Amino acid sequence: MATTLPPQLEVVDQPLDTQMTLSFGPQHPSTHGVLRLELVLDGEMVVRCVPDIGYLHTGMEKLFEYKKYQQGIVITDRMDYLNPLGNNLAYCMAVEKLLGIEIPERAQVIRVLMCELQRIGSHMVWLGTHALDIGAMTVFFYCFRQREKILNLIEAASGERMTPSYFRIGGLMMDLPVGFERRCRQFADDFPEAVEEFHDLLSGNRIFQNRTKGVGIISAEDAIDWGLTGPSLRGSGVNLDIRRANPYSGYETYDFDVPVEHGGDVWSRYMVRMRELKESNKIIRQALDRLRPGPVKADAPKVVLPEREAMKTHMDALIHHFLIVAEGFNVPAGEVYHPIEGSKGELGVYIKSDGGPKPARVHVRGPSFINLSALPDMVEGETVADVVAVIGSIDIVLGEIDR
Amino acid sequence: MSGPAPTPAPDTQFLMSQDIERENEIAAGSRRPTYQAPPAELVAALRRERAEWFADAVEAFGELTLVVPRERIAEVCAHLKSAPGFEFDMLSDVTGVDRGPEEEPRFEVNYHLFSTKRYHRLRLKVLLDQEDVRVPSVVPVWRTANWHERETFDMFGVVFDGHPDLRRILLPDDWQGHALRKDFPLRGYEPYSLT
Repeated sequence: MATTLPPQLEVVDQPLDTQMTLSFGPQHPSTHGVLRLELVLDGEMVVRCVPDIGYLHTGMEKLFEYKKYQQGIVITDRMDYLNPLGNNLAYCMAVEKLLGIEIPERAQVIRVLMCELQRIGSHMVWLGTHALDIGAMTVFFYCFRQREKILNLIEAASGERMTPSYFRIGGLMMDLPVGFERRCRQFADDFPEAVEEFHDLLSGNRIFQNRTKGVGIISAEDAIDWGLTGPSLRGSGVNLDIRRANPYSGYETYDFDVPVEHGGDVWSRYMVRMRELKESNKIIRQALDRLRPGPVKADAPKVVLPEREAMKTHMDALIHHFLIVAEGFNVPAGEVYHPIEGSKGELGVYIKSDGGPKPARVHVRGPSFINLSALPDMVEGETVADVVAVIGSIDIVLGEIDR
Repeated sequence: MSGPAPTPAPDTQFLMSQDIERENEIAAGSRRPTYQAPPAELVAALRRERAEWFADAVEAFGELTLVVPRERIAEVCAHLKSAPGFEFDMLSDVTGVDRGPEEEPRFEVNYHLFSTKRYHRLRLKVLLDQEDVRVPSVVPVWRTANWHERETFDMFGVVFDGHPDLRRILLPDDWQGHALRKDFPLRGYEPYSLT
């Protein structure tokens, strides 16, 4: 390609002058993965911040084009590895939109239930690491204790803790195990108390407040212009939640509030997520109340794998099983973009199909990728120590940024 | 383990008439399209008024796609961002597509627009020939386009004219080729070494 690239960022290193360049990361623990920032500092103040990403790039979007539709689900698990069920949902719903499949009521409810559990789990990692970055060590252990309970629930349902692949095209991998509802209700009953514990540890803490209030401010207009979504946008006073704006999976029938804070700083983003924990818990309770016996897979024999028993006793089920596994299923040609509210913001999946069993193009709009692009706007003019607080507050996962 | 208060047996709840109504309401909700395109009459009016802006319009799977000639894209985006009734103040996503080396036009650039006020979405599509893979940048319209366009440049080699900082973003600066093009092999041309 005859393309002239602009020169790399010039390294400023003048010992007698006050400016210097600091390479922040990619091994620094508070960068939440392998993020590298080039910070130009004037004393302790950040003059310029240039994020450098791609250390975890594994070519997932390329890989999708070489895998059948149902094989793509396991790739999505590994993108935002703190919110794998959200990724599963976005991908499966995009394929279902192309196929025009309706999924049964019970599967819808279980999807909502599991996604909200996963949202709490993702927020637990955010809260623990965010507090740890700022210097509050105890919260980390309290959060991981709660997350462990959620991972156990996800493991009970799907067999995997981190990479569940529980949602399949046309429904679920399988129904919930016996006793899941009781365990999940137990968790939902205990969780509000845990949230109060986090508030006791952090929200009233003067050091935490001093480190977060008025730091990393971004206005509502700037946040929209930078494409911020999710809690990071709602912390700037914009009431936007994809679950409300473009409802999917029956979210419009659930009763929950969308927390909004108006400060636009680290503290506001913190409070939005803390309040979201309780709202997610509310949705979990409602979803548990709605669980009724029923099928969890759509009636689409050419797309959905048959039950094991049917496969052994019915010839047609065996044929369908063989064809789905060996050749995949054809998806009508066309293109769709399906957005959902992931734990970090708008998680959109764009799929272009050419009519075959493998997608022509899959693109994932990762909320972390976009939210990170607004980081320079938030940290320029702040101190180096505040950079750590701001990175924690936008809740990034490098697996999703680099894909 | 001390469980919560026992809940009523599910079967009796299921048979209650209000619950069945509720179930139907939920089922109807799940069938509704997840999002809307902007009002059809506004789109039709705009297409009549500015016929040179839109080469084609496709409606499929409940999504509206407008095909825009390459030179017009920045202009169209700037108009849609502020035009009453559209108000697409957020750019959700920009993504490239390679239709394959033998197709002409070979490349697509898709812009997914979203309105934080009206909650509707729209896709703009620009088609590019293989010989001249250039398109005006929309960074002056939305700053979020910066990284999206860098990613599209990195993966497809689409050059965005007027972009303030068009560098590779995910792959190393000395990478040869553009990885998401269909003629780029899955495992690359040779093992990549960082040394």
